[in-house]
Amino acid sequence: MPPDAGPRTLFDKLWDAHRVVAGEDGQDLLWVDRHLVHEGSFHGFDKLRARGAPVARPDLTIAVADHYVPTRGRDRPIADPAIADVVGRLERNAGEHGLRLLGLGDARQGIVHVVGPEQGLTLPGLLVVCGDSHTSTHGALGALAFGIGASEVAHVLMTQTLWQRRSKRMRITVSGALAEGVGAKDLALAIIARIGADGGAGHAVEYAGPAVRALSMEGRLTLCNMAIESGARCGLVAPDAATLAWLRGRPYAPQGAAFDRAAEAWMQLPGDADAEFDRELALDAAEIAPIVTWGVSPEDALPVTASLPDPALAADPARAAQISEALAYMDLRPGQRIADIRVDRVFIGSCTNARIEDLRAAAAVLRGRRAVVPGLISPGSSPVKRQAEQEGLDRVFTAAGLDWVESGCSMCVGMNGDLLRPGERAASTTNRNFKGRQGPGSRTHLMSPAMVAAAAVTGHLTDVRPLLAGRG
Amino acid sequence: MDKFDRLTAPACPLPVSNVDTDQLIPARFMKRTRAQGYGEQLLHDLRRDGQGTLRTDLALNDPARAGARILVARRNFGGGSSREAAAYALVDAGFRCVIAPSFGDIFAANAVNNGLVPARIGEAEAEDLLARLAEGPGELTVDLETCTIVAGNRSIPFTIAPTWRTRLLNGWDDIQLTLAHQREIAAFAAARAAAFPWSLPGLPD
Repeated sequence: MPPDAGPRTLFDKLWDAHRVVAGEDGQDLLWVDRHLVHEGSFHGFDKLRARGAPVARPDLTIAVADHYVPTRGRDRPIADPAIADVVGRLERNAGEHGLRLLGLGDARQGIVHVVGPEQGLTLPGLLVVCGDSHTSTHGALGALAFGIGASEVAHVLMTQTLWQRRSKRMRITVSGALAEGVGAKDLALAIIARIGADGGAGHAVEYAGPAVRALSMEGRLTLCNMAIESGARCGLVAPDAATLAWLRGRPYAPQGAAFDRAAEAWMQLPGDADAEFDRELALDAAEIAPIVTWGVSPEDALPVTASLPDPALAADPARAAQISEALAYMDLRPGQRIADIRVDRVFIGSCTNARIEDLRAAAAVLRGRRAVVPGLISPGSSPVKRQAEQEGLDRVFTAAGLDWVESGCSMCVGMNGDLLRPGERAASTTNRNFKGRQGPGSRTHLMSPAMVAAAAVTGHLTDVRPLLAGRG
Repeated sequence: MDKFDRLTAPACPLPVSNVDTDQLIPARFMKRTRAQGYGEQLLHDLRRDGQGTLRTDLALNDPARAGARILVARRNFGGGSSREAAAYALVDAGFRCVIAPSFGDIFAANAVNNGLVPARIGEAEAEDLLARLAEGPGELTVDLETCTIVAGNRSIPFTIAPTWRTRLLNGWDDIQLTLAHQREIAAFAAARAAAFPWSLPGLPD
């Protein structure tokens, strides 16, 4: 057990600062600074109701409508009664318990993991939880942030605390610089391919090194978002000058002199130079090419220039079975060139890759070109949507023949009815290529926004880099 | 929450890696309330072919294995989303224990909160159990007191976080334990707000 004194990592400092009670076997009671809830949190509210308990800290509990919200026709009532009911349940729970609600129709509405940082609700040094596994995203600001289940949601609602077992600490250090056309999503997928979809289980992962430092805040959010796809419940990037510059002036962040005082505290958060990690991994950014997934787990990821694996050459029977099943589900052949895989549809959206920088990267490829397949672009939040429209990105997308819609989780999880049809294959900026994730029988290839744009204009998976040549 | 100490019951093999939570309970079923139940929806799409017919090549669909209470799978069981409905689906379908070489962290916590034991064993041991169960219906014993699985004449140790083991053995709920610390929680909250005023959200509305 790392002591409170002595050299500590960023994770140790965050953990220690939130420990209310030190329990047995490393199980501590932690204070929660922000609890974000969404439509799917209704189970937690139902448990609260069953106990007749109030929300302990309504001021620290923020409701955001994202999972089920329609991305079209927002001026009309929600057509599907079951979906309308789930969205309504969030509104009723927020009203009943006096929570801040960023609901459908609110100018700040969007995907909870985009909204939290964007509104300054997420800050360095905070402990943030949400009943959604991609809460790891918020760690990009130097917050301790992780997803929780419904029983834990109920526990936080009732007590503003949570029992957690202290994670092991892993550091992934990325040296060098990412090449042109290669971004945070490619880095995230390269890491998952290296350590596996359960490689980070039981660990909090801190991303470090020059290539991580060089990422924009949007890029860091993408990287931490995908921590959970490597099995790590939380991802972290130490706060620095870029973090402060990005946060200053955000609505819920401290303002003026209060911000400067907070920033002093935040700059004490980075790990001590001689702090030790339980596990270390090193990568060279220069070796990373644009990456796509080909199978049904994010660990099934390869450079777009590669060919598909052959189960006959697999190391063991379990791996061979995994490859065979993935190829069969995806309707692909062993040894097939990835660049020969044709797609039916594209999707740009989700808490992974729908921030303004992601939309700019897609637009850089799509500008002056036509998509040869249909596609949907759902911005990460309503403010992102307005900014993109101010920059004229929406006109680039619609001129390319793609649909520009409202913000929500949309086709990443399909709960609002934005779905692929059975058997359809999509190039998608999302986070999960699980079987049926984008609808029963759907086939998902994960990649960066620029790579999805490249697939849109060519109709197949392809290296975006030649399409960016001469476009600065 | 029901206590769990020792269970001898029919076990079912699921020789699949990365059984993610989207497979355990597809998103389209998640509007259901807890009272409506999730057992019928467990692994709904994995259990069916493209035409919606139950697959005959899956032990989980074998009538001779009905009533299984222990599931054996390959690595990274329950990876993916935080949906607790994945644990509800297993519990509602009658399962009390899942044995696998690794689990999604959030799934494992959700499992424990629903009295379902996530028992971790080595990959070779998992392959051995899968091979035994592939031969036909069979029982396993899961002993949480000693953290061992008994399969015929073989005894396999499993791991689980000690605090989770204690809670499952006693059927304890986290909330009761936490409420005993209400005074410490209130003191912590007051001290934190005073020392770190920035930790409270600003009030633009």
